[in-house]
Amino acid sequence: MNGFLHFVKKETLHILRDRRTMLVVLLMPVVQILLFGFAISTEVNNIDFFAVAPNRTEAVRQQLERMEANPYFTFKGYIDQRRIDYVLRSGQAAAVVVFAENYDQLIEGVAVASLDEAAVQFVLDASNPNNAGTHLVYLQSSFQSAGSVTAMAPAVRVLYNPQMKSSYNFVPGIMGLIFILICAMMTSVSIVREKESGTMEVLLVSPVRPMWIILAKMIPYFLLSCMGLVVILLLAHFVLGVPMSGSIVGLVGLSLLYLLLSLALGLFISTIAHTQVVAIIISGMLLMLPVIMLSGMLFPVENMPGILQVLSCIVPARWYIEAVRKLMIAGLSLSAVWQECCILFAMTVVLVGVALKKFNDKLE
Amino acid sequence: MAIQNAIEIQGLTKRYGALTAIDHISFTVRRGELFGLIGPDGAGKTTLFRLLATLLNPDEGSATVDGFDIVKQYREIRQRVGYMPGRFSLYPDLSVAENLDFFAALFGVKVKDNYDLIAPIYRQIEPFRKRRAGKLSGGMKQKLALCCALIHRPSVLFLDEPTTGVDAVSRGEFWDMLFDLKQKGISILVSTPYMDEACRCDRIALCNNGHLLGIDTPAGILTRFDEPLYALSGDDMYGLLLEARRAEGVKECYPFGSSHHLTVDKEFDVGLLEGHLRERGFARVTICPVKPGIEDVFMKLMQHE
Amino acid sequence: MSDIIISVKDLCKCFGSFTAVDHITFDVERGEIFGFLGANGAGKTTAMRMLCGLSYPTSGSGTVAGFDVMTQGEQIKRHIGYMSQKFSLYDDLTVRENIRLYAGIYGLNRYETLRRTVAVLNRLRFRSEADTLVGSLPLGWKQKLAFSVATLHRPEVVFLDEPTGGVDPVTRRQFWEMIYEAAAGGTTVFVTTHYMDEAEYCSRVSIMVDGKIEALGSPIELKKQYRAESMDEVFRFLARGAKRSG
Repeated sequence: MNGFLHFVKKETLHILRDRRTMLVVLLMPVVQILLFGFAISTEVNNIDFFAVAPNRTEAVRQQLERMEANPYFTFKGYIDQRRIDYVLRSGQAAAVVVFAENYDQLIEGVAVASLDEAAVQFVLDASNPNNAGTHLVYLQSSFQSAGSVTAMAPAVRVLYNPQMKSSYNFVPGIMGLIFILICAMMTSVSIVREKESGTMEVLLVSPVRPMWIILAKMIPYFLLSCMGLVVILLLAHFVLGVPMSGSIVGLVGLSLLYLLLSLALGLFISTIAHTQVVAIIISGMLLMLPVIMLSGMLFPVENMPGILQVLSCIVPARWYIEAVRKLMIAGLSLSAVWQECCILFAMTVVLVGVALKKFNDKLE
Repeated sequence: MAIQNAIEIQGLTKRYGALTAIDHISFTVRRGELFGLIGPDGAGKTTLFRLLATLLNPDEGSATVDGFDIVKQYREIRQRVGYMPGRFSLYPDLSVAENLDFFAALFGVKVKDNYDLIAPIYRQIEPFRKRRAGKLSGGMKQKLALCCALIHRPSVLFLDEPTTGVDAVSRGEFWDMLFDLKQKGISILVSTPYMDEACRCDRIALCNNGHLLGIDTPAGILTRFDEPLYALSGDDMYGLLLEARRAEGVKECYPFGSSHHLTVDKEFDVGLLEGHLRERGFARVTICPVKPGIEDVFMKLMQHE
Repeated sequence: MSDIIISVKDLCKCFGSFTAVDHITFDVERGEIFGFLGANGAGKTTAMRMLCGLSYPTSGSGTVAGFDVMTQGEQIKRHIGYMSQKFSLYDDLTVRENIRLYAGIYGLNRYETLRRTVAVLNRLRFRSEADTLVGSLPLGWKQKLAFSVATLHRPEVVFLDEPTGGVDPVTRRQFWEMIYEAAAGGTTVFVTTHYMDEAEYCSRVSIMVDGKIEALGSPIELKKQYRAESMDEVFRFLARGAKRSG
């Protein structure tokens, strides 16, 4: 046991002496959380729009006043029908609201709208489809809240994240990403470094079972990730205002399980890779990309083509992120994520098993 | 059992795909012996060390270290051997003392328990004990690596090219240390590409391309060179080399330090060659019989292959 | 005067308070094989880097192939060849591709590249290995090829940093014959080695101790001066006096 503590101490020294890496590891969660929370946001704060209104009736003016009072909209003025294309192309506005000639009658139900004639038409710049979609939703809701558009339009209520803050969505994603990075990439690189420098040869030719050495390697990285976890949760709650309405104990427990899984993944990579570069490429390409693309961090899994949806099932981060969303944002209890927990647990067991089987105490 | 050999190797073979790194090698290293494996890169020395250190399994043949089989009883062997791989495997980001502590812990011993064994070597680097191993010079790294390999008082020591890339003075000091360790009863198997280090060993094996060219004491191996050898020197050494090769009675002529070494036919006559070379305008030509060195033997055996 | 190809006067290189190279002064003549010896840490590599235009001296002056080491590092690089034990060829390229690559680096035209490739392959008797990956060649072959590649553009000076470490004795001698041949053809060879028998092959030898050149002369002169049998003894005698640990 005394020996084991020595190994842990040695690994800790490696980490402490490599200041640059340690700084990156500690700062990365902070920077990513702040970046995704503030800078990169899919929320819409300001929609510039023009209006086309052949008859500037009282109803039209009221509608426009309501919209101007809303901080999300900026009314830039009236334009002629023929200028719609120009203002959108020149980027002067993101949308144009076109009121029908008989807007008043249409909204009061005096006249009946034909198929090609609506009370209001939204013309949007969809060069960025994501933004256009959000703009459309905002515009629609602004008319709905006025109770002006026909009653046929469904009333939409957004649950859990009523303000649709995208930062809420990113926090679980970042957690899924960062733990994979710290645990899997760093452990695999540090094990492979010993292979490259030849020290692994000496370690193997010693009476100590290599598993102990490996385990000792993981502990400092595990602790470092735990620190990361605390930092992320604190930042998420106090800086970004993520509610943390669910079970905190459940969230931490789930995260620890995910950490173990990432460590096992790192160990597994170290058994395949022979150079640090290969280890970085494997963890970078084989772990980071799927975590970003397939885990539901950026793109909803439900919208993916079938084959990618199937593929996303083997990405651990997908299950972790899903479960964290439920716990952190939806405020559900641990029992709501038992399925995800079981999947992650099974993955950990399989990975540890395979890695142990592949990690032998010979050079071949 | 008490007089078993430190290392016994029988028909050991290791292949990497089509390449046979070690080809049916057999030899024994006696207890307390300093045994040298002499050969260039690619001779298979490193593979042999890895086999004996139980890092690789052989394809054919068998070997024992300290009486234990390298395949079946590798755990026992790992308790008993000290191994210093080709590149000094130290942690460059740990200090001298931290490296030593770590390797002691690895073998479950305390530095002070075996300090007497490493003291003569460690004292030379102790002034730098706080310095990172990566900042040490080549000679100091080599000494630290040796201390780390010795810290658990192994009965057999494997040193894979410990002197490569180290200057002649440090190399000499290193061999003095090995001699002291031998006196303390440690059996040592050491490899080197420097032929001039062979004379520091009790016995040597010359190896090339996975084969052993010969095993003997350094003095014994010299008797393998069973033909007359001459040393030729003069002013224009390169010119002499080319001219001597063309001369009658000369089988081979190759540079050997300050002179060229000649192997010759029966018809060879020293006076005749001397006269011939003077005629060609070479000044201060001397030719005299010379005793062969290990390198002469090595080249001769190499060409017999 | 044009026969002095390397001329160095009071060259120094300091790293902070540490003087790696301490006022070295020497000349090397065209066509010489100049052995540059010293214990580990004596400052050989640092000195060699300055001569190759890879680092600037702290003080002193020097010219290599007619160019100033202080100001014309780039021109120097174009007029010298360099080969080290560790890096010289790409293992994952074939023999022919390596030669072509270096021909390209030094701006040889297509005709010259082809002609010299054939010449090198013939010279080394490598024709059947032309399309073999360099990584699968034995070390000695690699080093001979590396030397041919380093002299492909017919440089006036070629710097060799421990070119024969670990090479078998037969190939080592073949390598030195290539050096002899290049020197006989007018190329100046500047070489470091840990093999003391190779020091005997040099026209002149300098021995560095603690950043200074302690001895300089032909092997015969040095042996006479230090009353030694071999260069090995001369070297040991000088290097033992070193204060910097080796």
